[in-house]
Amino acid sequence: MPPARGLLGVTRRDAIFGGACLCCLPSLGRAEDFRVEEVAPGVFMRRGVDREASQENLDAIANIGFIVGDDAVLVTESGGSLADGVRLRKAIREKTAKPIKFVVLSHVHPDHVFGAGAFLEDAPAYIGHAKLGPALAARGDFYRQRLMALLGDANVGPVVMPTKIVAAREEIDLGGRVVALQAHKPAHTTSDLSLFDRASGFFMPADLLFVGRMPSLDGSLTGWIAELEALQAQSFGKAVPGHGPLTVDFPSASEKLLRYLKILRDGVRAEIDRNGTIERAIETVALSEKTHWALFDEYNRRNITEAYRELEWQ
Amino acid sequence: MNKMTRRIAVLLFASLAAGTPALAETPDSPAARENRWRDLEKSVFDGLTATPDSKIVALEAPIRAEDASLVPMTITLGGDRIKELYLIIDDNPAPVAAHFIFGPAGDPHVVKLRVRVNSYTNVHAVAVLQDGRLVEDAKFVKASGGCSAPMGESDEEATKGMGEMRLKFPGAAIPGAPTEATLMVKHPNFNGMQMNQVTRMYTPARFIDRITVKDGGALVFDLEASLSLATNPVLSFNFDPQPAGPVTVEVHDTDGGYWRQDFVHPSATN
Repeated sequence: MPPARGLLGVTRRDAIFGGACLCCLPSLGRAEDFRVEEVAPGVFMRRGVDREASQENLDAIANIGFIVGDDAVLVTESGGSLADGVRLRKAIREKTAKPIKFVVLSHVHPDHVFGAGAFLEDAPAYIGHAKLGPALAARGDFYRQRLMALLGDANVGPVVMPTKIVAAREEIDLGGRVVALQAHKPAHTTSDLSLFDRASGFFMPADLLFVGRMPSLDGSLTGWIAELEALQAQSFGKAVPGHGPLTVDFPSASEKLLRYLKILRDGVRAEIDRNGTIERAIETVALSEKTHWALFDEYNRRNITEAYRELEWQ
Repeated sequence: MNKMTRRIAVLLFASLAAGTPALAETPDSPAARENRWRDLEKSVFDGLTATPDSKIVALEAPIRAEDASLVPMTITLGGDRIKELYLIIDDNPAPVAAHFIFGPAGDPHVVKLRVRVNSYTNVHAVAVLQDGRLVEDAKFVKASGGCSAPMGESDEEATKGMGEMRLKFPGAAIPGAPTEATLMVKHPNFNGMQMNQVTRMYTPARFIDRITVKDGGALVFDLEASLSLATNPVLSFNFDPQPAGPVTVEVHDTDGGYWRQDFVHPSATN
């Protein structure tokens, strides 16, 4: 067994701050590239780039933003790195001086949680799915190491754990504005949280919805399909996807994602049923979807591998 | 502990004593890899060397793994003259991932399995022939973190259903007509390198170290495995169906876990 390095002598502070020092950050990328758009009154969003995380984009690849109420600001998504979060916080302060009381951690993936460290000084409630804590405990440090290798150590920031847990449904009052949160069963990941801003009617499903950018499967394929179908029954209109254009029509955008997920499911099942192999599935499944998605080649093969692993035991 | 198990244990210890394997993604030079292989080969095969012959052993592996904790490998073998097969992942903490000893009901033509790959590495498939000669094939695989990658679920979740087995046949099993079968076993195969960051402890190693498959009492193969097998291992192999069956699968793990299941032959009539 390997030595349990880091087991002894690691303080809680070390674990939380991960050695990153907030007072001596290097230049945080090109801040002028960071633009938020007011997609609805009091709802500001920044479009993530449809690329893989890189030193150049500082993992600013997800759609992130904030909602302003009478009394408080809620951060809908924190960003993909400390650097990304710092720029988001600056953008918030340019729009409003109201306290940042809530930061949503929509699920375990690094492009959605590593901006959280930028808000520690605001002492917000960090809102997460009941399964987010365990998932971050298992993977947070692994992601942080990977991200540091990619972005440089000081740009990454700490793993921040949720402090307010959503087990099923919760409502957050920002002052004259109520935001409803829903914890989902395993779908995109095992810790997906969605958000609905009643005032604007905007639905924010985070990475339960990908638009134009290839989805990544890390929870349950059959679960994701079921969750999307259940959400379709709730008659949402406008939505901000986790990746893709800032404003989409939920019914039609979710239909396109469902189409890919079902092709993936049916293709992998067919391969399993004919006593096939992961290797052959990887070469053959869902290729008809290639032209519909950015980063298709980067994710389809991996999605097939994950789907195969899930479906072969069903 | 037989000779091979001891050798795996020695290699494992030597490798871990040298420290946790580097996460470095830059492959070292081909010459350094070759030297590493020569050392490994010497210690695993008591100084004998293997020569390539693609008619006898051919290894298929992805150039770049989609998921380093589940890397599919296919080994195509030249048949009857093959007595044993090793799959060696040169730079993994325990390089000998699998060692098959084929029995009279075995039909060593195609073996498929899924392994964890910890860093950019050469992978070697080495067949031991009846006359003792060694034949090998090698592939370079780009993957990293497959051994330390956290599981997607909690340890408890990963352990659910441990020992559950399935055996799939593509068609009927008719004596005299060698056929394929795919064995699936539920087992987390904790390799001792996955850290739980709530406790800051490594999940203790607990992995399958032996799988024995027989048909009608005749040995198909005996597999000695190390911690490089993927979670919920899936294994495809060929065998020569015996008149009555059943196919008996016995699985042992490092905690003394033991599971046994009999599978009847699929009949020729459906």
